[in-house]
Amino acid sequence: MKLPIFLDNHSTTPMDPRVLEAMLPYFVEKFGNAASRNHVFGWEAEEAVEQARKLIAKLINADAKEIVFTSGATESDNLALKGVLEMYREKGTHIITSSTEHRAVLDTAKSLEAKGLATVTYLPVDKYGMVNPDDVRNAITDKTILISIMLANNEIGTINPVHEIGKIAKAKGVLFHCDATQGVGKIPVDVQAMGIDLMSFSAHKIYGPKGVGALYVRKKNPRVRLVPQMDGGGHERGMRSGTLPVPLIVGFGKACELCGSEMATEAPRIAAMRDRLQSAIMSTLEETYLNGHPTERLPGNLNISFAYVEGESLLMGMKDIALSSGSACTSATLEPSYVLRALGVGTELAHSSIRFGLGRFNTDEEIDYAIKKVIEVVTRLREMSPLYEMAKEGIDLKSVQWAAH
Amino acid sequence: MAYSDKVVDHFNNPRNMGSFNKDEEGVGTGMVGAPECGDVMKLQIKVQNDRIVDAKFKTFGCGSAIASSSLATEWLKGKTLEEAERIKNTDIVQELNLPPVKIHCSVLAEDAIKAALADYQKKAGSKTGTGSTGTGSVQ
Repeated sequence: MKLPIFLDNHSTTPMDPRVLEAMLPYFVEKFGNAASRNHVFGWEAEEAVEQARKLIAKLINADAKEIVFTSGATESDNLALKGVLEMYREKGTHIITSSTEHRAVLDTAKSLEAKGLATVTYLPVDKYGMVNPDDVRNAITDKTILISIMLANNEIGTINPVHEIGKIAKAKGVLFHCDATQGVGKIPVDVQAMGIDLMSFSAHKIYGPKGVGALYVRKKNPRVRLVPQMDGGGHERGMRSGTLPVPLIVGFGKACELCGSEMATEAPRIAAMRDRLQSAIMSTLEETYLNGHPTERLPGNLNISFAYVEGESLLMGMKDIALSSGSACTSATLEPSYVLRALGVGTELAHSSIRFGLGRFNTDEEIDYAIKKVIEVVTRLREMSPLYEMAKEGIDLKSVQWAAH
Repeated sequence: MAYSDKVVDHFNNPRNMGSFNKDEEGVGTGMVGAPECGDVMKLQIKVQNDRIVDAKFKTFGCGSAIASSSLATEWLKGKTLEEAERIKNTDIVQELNLPPVKIHCSVLAEDAIKAALADYQKKAGSKTGTGSTGTGSVQ
């Protein structure tokens, strides 16, 4: 086993060597511009792009023509929200989203709001981080043009009832955008069955290269139109100009193909490792709390709060394991995770949270190591924690008058 | 973020981690911070003849907070109360090479020292009834 161990597969994933192999010819030998219509270099590049487009579309049960390449999911989210709003603003300017969306959606919505271009409803989530479809239905007004709800959350892995939300959107004639960045490639995604009109996802979360993503844009029933946010040569059916990054797209295609063929065996294997990690930690250490849905959760996700221990110190104690924390100390904002706060997790437990993200290349041996290390470090840091000491003495920490600073 | 070697050393080998009985004679206890802010420091001193003969800490917080309090106990031992008063957060920042985003950890450590000294003075004062032990005012 090699250290450090990578257990942060929600942030990004290592590229699959098979993806790299597929990409390599498209750097030096087959370097053509896919938009060059008059020579073999261009044709070769275009053919590779169209082949990748088909593979990507197949994974989500879409038509290849419905895939618009972007630089990643953040750009896809921006294009979906801004592009729809600009196109349909005469019909209405109301957007419905949820409080636990990725910041690429939330901050885009807030920016539209701040410019006076949209009014936005931010739906609450339940204690597991799930959006209630009834809340979506009740929030729809005659001015609503877009619902943007994520498929699976990046911190807690909770999977939203997207099928139901899609049905509601269709029944009410409102467009449905889904940020599926964490879900595509990990769980089955079917834009037809789910009633999704626009969907963001990216390659680097599914063992593909960084720097490429896609926006699925429905072509019929209804035909979705967008105002491009990038003007230029009119690539991607005019929705996103810019020369296509052929090697990245080829890699994206290969990554989708692999996810499609391996998901049925890979997802249960990863979930079994995750379940073992979860039960070993939570049965050994007292006062640990699972954040996220107990069952409706991504196979590789595990988010736990360890009471009385601060998250960044936990990460520091486990420096040979790559993880992330909802602690303020690990973010630039000095606020603990807004996702955990939206679930009603107390600020102190949000500071104490660790996110484990398991992926394709993790092994049982690595999980054994992580279990041992987590138990060891949490135990050591609790010995060092005045809060743990007080709790052991029977002091109710909530009754203490803290000298906040 | 990369930690300085000194922070890592204090984190891995904390000095004087533990607790004194806060009711014991000569013990001053300072507890600062709040759980919802992500850091709480408890710093204790044991005083004999106006000199700190021992110090202990327990900290809930990031690595820099743990290192700041560990360093503080190291510095406190052997100092007179007056000398202890003069420990400044900037000394801690310098010694541990703390980045700007971690300066509040050193401030918290200084506050914890001041709080422990004040608690000791208060206890000593209430015992003798003289109000102050004559080692200089606390804040």
